[in-house]
Amino acid sequence: MIIDLLTQGVEMILVLAIAPLLTGFVRKVKARLLRRQGPSVWQPYRDLLRLARKEVVLAENASWLFRTAPYLIFAATWVAAALVPTFASGLMFSWAADLIAIIALLGSARFFLALAGMEVGTAFGGIGSSREAMIASVAEPAILMMVFTVALIAGSSQLSTVARFMATAEAGLRVSTGLALFALIIVALAENARIPVDNPATHLELTMVHEAMVLEYSGRHLAVIELAASLKLLLYLSLIGCIFIPWGMAASGGGITGYLIGSLLYLAKLGVLGLGLALFESAIAKMRVFRVPQFVGAALMLGLLGTLLLFF
Amino acid sequence: MLVVMSAVAVLLALPVAALGIGARRVATVLVYGFGLAASLASLAAALGQLLSTAGTTPAITLPLGLPWIGAHMRLDALSAFFLTVVDLGGAAACLYGLGYGRHERAPRRVLPFFPLFLAGMQLVVLADDAFTFLFSWEFMSLASWALVVADHHKGDTVRAGYVYLIMASFGTAALLLAFGLLAGPEGGYGFAAIRAAAHSPAEASLVLALLLLGAGSKAGLVPLHVWLPLAHPAAPSHVSALMSGVMTKVAIYAFVRVVFDLLGQPQWWWSMAVLTLGGITAVLGVLYALMQHDLKRLLAYHTVENIGIIYIGLGLALAFRAEGLAPAAALALTAALFHVLNHMTFKSLLFFGAGAVLTATGERDMERLGGLIHRMPVTAFAFLIGCAAISALPPFNGFASEWLTFQAVLQGPKLALWGPKLLVPSVGALLALSAALAAGCFVKAFGVTFLSRPRSRPAATAGEVDRFSLAAMLLFAVLCLLAGILPGLVIDTLGPVVGGLVGQRMPVQSVEPWLTIIPIAASHSSYNGLLVFVFITWAALTAAQVIHRWASHALRRGPAWDCGYPDASPLTQYSASGFAQPIRRVFGTVVFRATEEVRMPPPGDTGPARLEVVVKDLVWAVFYAPVAKAVGILADRLNRMQYLTIRKYLSLVFLALVILLLALELWL
Repeated sequence: MIIDLLTQGVEMILVLAIAPLLTGFVRKVKARLLRRQGPSVWQPYRDLLRLARKEVVLAENASWLFRTAPYLIFAATWVAAALVPTFASGLMFSWAADLIAIIALLGSARFFLALAGMEVGTAFGGIGSSREAMIASVAEPAILMMVFTVALIAGSSQLSTVARFMATAEAGLRVSTGLALFALIIVALAENARIPVDNPATHLELTMVHEAMVLEYSGRHLAVIELAASLKLLLYLSLIGCIFIPWGMAASGGGITGYLIGSLLYLAKLGVLGLGLALFESAIAKMRVFRVPQFVGAALMLGLLGTLLLFF
Repeated sequence: MLVVMSAVAVLLALPVAALGIGARRVATVLVYGFGLAASLASLAAALGQLLSTAGTTPAITLPLGLPWIGAHMRLDALSAFFLTVVDLGGAAACLYGLGYGRHERAPRRVLPFFPLFLAGMQLVVLADDAFTFLFSWEFMSLASWALVVADHHKGDTVRAGYVYLIMASFGTAALLLAFGLLAGPEGGYGFAAIRAAAHSPAEASLVLALLLLGAGSKAGLVPLHVWLPLAHPAAPSHVSALMSGVMTKVAIYAFVRVVFDLLGQPQWWWSMAVLTLGGITAVLGVLYALMQHDLKRLLAYHTVENIGIIYIGLGLALAFRAEGLAPAAALALTAALFHVLNHMTFKSLLFFGAGAVLTATGERDMERLGGLIHRMPVTAFAFLIGCAAISALPPFNGFASEWLTFQAVLQGPKLALWGPKLLVPSVGALLALSAALAAGCFVKAFGVTFLSRPRSRPAATAGEVDRFSLAAMLLFAVLCLLAGILPGLVIDTLGPVVGGLVGQRMPVQSVEPWLTIIPIAASHSSYNGLLVFVFITWAALTAAQVIHRWASHALRRGPAWDCGYPDASPLTQYSASGFAQPIRRVFGTVVFRATEEVRMPPPGDTGPARLEVVVKDLVWAVFYAPVAKAVGILADRLNRMQYLTIRKYLSLVFLALVILLLALELWL
């Protein structure tokens, strides 16, 4: 019981601790691909500390919701990220929410982020929230169709069960799995505000979405939101890892060695996926904002096709 | 049963008392006070029946109605559940009315009909024979019609009342035919007789079609929804809450009662019809809602979406039941009924909130609101909970029922027949789409109304509303959270209801560790709203604590940043229509034929540029406009008949007689 609780606690701390590292790693690789030196991979930690130490400058008409929203966004994202199996499956609270609930938790975070964008009543906040609502309206059904496909293949929407099933030979190679992977990658790009949907590195660009919503935030509030964004990226990469490359994940009660191997493999998976993300982002240009629904709509169709193909 | 009937009797007697008393304040307090007491008494009785393990179903026969039948009333598990929903909504509306009713301009147009409306809805769910059912149904419709046209000075209200009256009569006519078919030529009008009789497949299918028309028009199924967004917002806000939150549920009750209880085994294709209608209704309803900038109309359109979600659940239950998959059918039906309860709580809450905004500012148009979170903090908080719940966000109740519906969708591959099997995932996609759009819709509703800067003087000078209204809103806000974190209790309460209809209930949830809900098996799926709520609260508090303890807690107020170009005019903010523009462009160009036109003034002209947006309601254009046109033309033609001579009238009468006799001769 105590050990189980401890393992679950370690997982929660682990995802929180390495999320900024992943963001820093992706930035570093992108910089190297552009033949720049780039900041150190530890830079996101320094940024977070710096932001947390600064005072908050709040707009005059910001309400209590504006001040609590960052913590709610962070909490929902952190809980969701901690529920995705990382180095081991079947942890103590892994049954508290299945994949549908994890997606919905991210929806809660997005809801409050979009509200925070509307809060102060500036044009930039509104543009961000409005576009986020549009992108989410396609991305959320897309990921749910991906969930359907995976849940029907594995016979469960419980991530630990899915991970265990996908590691067996029974899962095999299927067209539906491939379609689901594509759908998840597209949605992950859209949800994490990556190129080609949004550019995480810019401010003051008329096509921006995520950065526009958080424009009014400063100091510790911004730090918490940035941390939540890193956690979300980590969550999506963990999700891809857990469903499509689940090998090496320890089972619950797998002993220290199992957990250690699982953790090392997990870090390796994150590294490979982060590298892939950086490569993809460097190779492609940003889209016009009204091309995005078509791009993400493709994921919705892939997900639906994946589900329907399972019946034949 | 006696308690319930006495409550109904009190409600029926209240109008007389209300009209007898001259003083407005006293009459208001009397009607809503006694209404509250009667609803609470009836609620206690209904809950007692629902939770009792005795297995008795109280029934009563009154010597009213048709002489050879009498009026049968019965309180079985299904009736008890819907009576709970009606009474809970009714009690909260009475509580809200105690405060809100004071601002009523013409209370005599509301007070007599309000208790009648409540009584009518209770009688519908209690009725145990076709005559009583139809009589109560029409009673409920007419009472609510009187409430809709209470504010008869506005042209819109009169039109809404007119459309509502036509649609309500049409719906009742369809139900009349349906019950006529069910009763058969012998006229067995009691529900027990109908249940026992065998119905031929063609007859049963016809009954289903008539029910989709009759109950569907009251509930707001697309394309029969047109009256709903006109009539619901036109009524006073607590009546809007009752109409949207409760009366649509009474329509769901009619559908469930007949299709699941009276008709017997469903045919395989019924589920396809219901699922398709439900999916289309869900997506179209939320898209319509997104296009609105009138707060109450947005909420009314959103009711259409939720009705679609409920019908998706019912359709799934029909599909599973037709193939004898009782556990899956129980899951789907539980999800639908759970959503019935949830929608009643959050939609009533949101209409109460809209009513509070209306009282405080006199505005329903979101383009003239904004910043109310500062001036109406409690209303804003309750409204926010309602928005989160209706957007199906965990840990609130809307998510719990939608999660169950998704679990039922995941049972789809168990179906043997290809039609429903392929339809179910597509409907799942529509359900996911509508859930995602709903979140956007309520970011808009809350963001434009309560956040941002005030867009008009009334919005800038509004004040918080009275305590009764706040109490009603907070009550439902608490219920939204409680039902969301303890869904297992609701599922267990629904057990006997579902068991009575599909022959099996969902597994008992209250024995699961940590109050988790496990619809099929632990390895398959589970969700624990309580733990998720605790985790989120803990994580948020910890984060706040850590940062405030070890990092900075300094805070300074300054003007908004806005990239260095803040503009003092509230017109520079995003408006409600502006917020919906991307979605209108993505979905609306197909669904609504939405067009945008920017007209720039010619160079040198100092006039403003104009943006014109045209959104067409295709349902109205395709289904209703031709009928209205045909009726108009026909009426014009028939108008000539008014000016005939007596000879021509006599020959017309003679001709009609001859034709009738001929028809009779040929027929027999």
